[in-house]
Amino acid sequence: MKTLKSLGYFVGLPIVLIAAWWAATQGGGSFYVPDPDQLVTAFRTVWLGDGFTQDALPSIARLLVGLALSIVLGVGLGIAIGSIDWVRWLLSPLLEFLRAVPSTIMIPVLLLLIGINDAMKVTVIVLGCLWPILLNTIKGVASIDEVQSDTGRVYGLTGIDRMRYLVLPAASPQIFAGIRQSLAVGLVLMVVSEMFAATEGIGYAIINFQNRIDIPEMWSGIVLLGLLGVALSVLFQIVQGRVLGWYEGLKESAND
Amino acid sequence: MSVAQRELEKPVAVPPQRDSSRTPSAVAPYKPLLLGVAGSLGFLLIWQVFSAIGPVGSHYLPPPTVVFAEFVENLSDPDFWTSVGYTLRAWLIGLVVSSVAAIVVGVIIGSSTFLRRATHSTIEFLRPIPAVALIPLAALLYGPALSAELLIVVYACFWIVLVQVLYGVADVDKVATDTALTLQMNFWQRVRYLLFPTLLPFLMTGIRLAATVALILSVGVELIIGTPGLGQDVALAQINDDAPAMFALIVTSGVLGMLVNWLMGTIERKVLFWHASVRGGVKS
Repeated sequence: MKTLKSLGYFVGLPIVLIAAWWAATQGGGSFYVPDPDQLVTAFRTVWLGDGFTQDALPSIARLLVGLALSIVLGVGLGIAIGSIDWVRWLLSPLLEFLRAVPSTIMIPVLLLLIGINDAMKVTVIVLGCLWPILLNTIKGVASIDEVQSDTGRVYGLTGIDRMRYLVLPAASPQIFAGIRQSLAVGLVLMVVSEMFAATEGIGYAIINFQNRIDIPEMWSGIVLLGLLGVALSVLFQIVQGRVLGWYEGLKESAND
Repeated sequence: MSVAQRELEKPVAVPPQRDSSRTPSAVAPYKPLLLGVAGSLGFLLIWQVFSAIGPVGSHYLPPPTVVFAEFVENLSDPDFWTSVGYTLRAWLIGLVVSSVAAIVVGVIIGSSTFLRRATHSTIEFLRPIPAVALIPLAALLYGPALSAELLIVVYACFWIVLVQVLYGVADVDKVATDTALTLQMNFWQRVRYLLFPTLLPFLMTGIRLAATVALILSVGVELIIGTPGLGQDVALAQINDDAPAMFALIVTSGVLGMLVNWLMGTIERKVLFWHASVRGGVKS
């Protein structure tokens, strides 16, 4: 009974909304909004065939490569910059400035410097996603609890061991906060860079449908991006739950 | 970046009883500043040299001297200020509209357990949809107009602020709620003295995050749909193969971004002056 009730809460509003959408589009409705049947058909024909390998896969691959590079670079550089005071002081005004540049504005420049190819799009994604991860890592590493780092020193933790057992765990809540911001930014940059200049990709396909006024097909692309966003966020929560489980537990017991 | 961390980073905020040999308080206070200036100048120098002898060439990567000359020249150009004005207008209207809407909706949903449970799945599904996916729709509906920009900015910022408001409403202390009820506070008193102080720190975090996103998206929409503003100027400069103009506009956007960050940080500290995170007591 209890599970039934939570299931009801889970699907209740979505069903109501879809029903309202269906009812509203039955009598012709708006030219810009397709009815659910059209949308499902368009989604099947556009994305569950050649579209998936031609447009969706390259986009997703670029996004994942960009995110992976940002995480590796951000955490690596962040630990280096965060653990040495003078390096941090040397670079922090510069990093604050670079982070403040709205990353979408870099797209035309990179187009000019690199040209229309995968490298340009991955660079755009990295240039946007790097800053939240890098700055959060620096902050996390620089604000490690003194008692913890002293204890580490007493136990003779140095080099790799110090990274593995002290620095990374202590900074990981901050690092994950940075990665979560980066996921959203990465998706935005993937789409905008493809809309601005590309020959394939989800963003390119959507803009193409818009230019041909293929309304249901355009909406199907929007739905695909939505599903991609949801999938990324679910995946992130699973990974975060695994890696940061100890931290959540610690916070809960501290609140009791 | 929370206010607490920013405050703790200041050398002054370190309590005197700590071991002073390793804490920043042992260092002369001007040292971080001096090193920061040195680092920025060093970056400009490397850029200058790289532009002269690097593989890219000074046509595509103009040296900072040229870029900053262009930047200064822009400052006396009324068209430039019109573009800045357009971008900031979309940013501000989008931010205000989405925040107000998110506060109203968030407080209504947050105060009822039924509504909170019933809307949870829908919010969690709609929130991660990237707002830029709606750019083609905005282009079809409005063309290159302010409304197109606002549709995207408001959609993105609404969810960011809404989720923070929901967290804030859920965080109201049980004992405080019971106390307020015992004191027979009416609805508006409860909003003013119970809900508002709990909600405010969460709300400010949401608005600060949304402010950054709003700027990225206004520029992005200008770039693609061609709404007037900094983004469109950069796209035009790219078509005209005018690299110095592009870089000068990017420097401008960086300055704008820093102003936005500084403004939001200042507002947050002013509004939350009573809160522990600002007074430098505990970590938020």
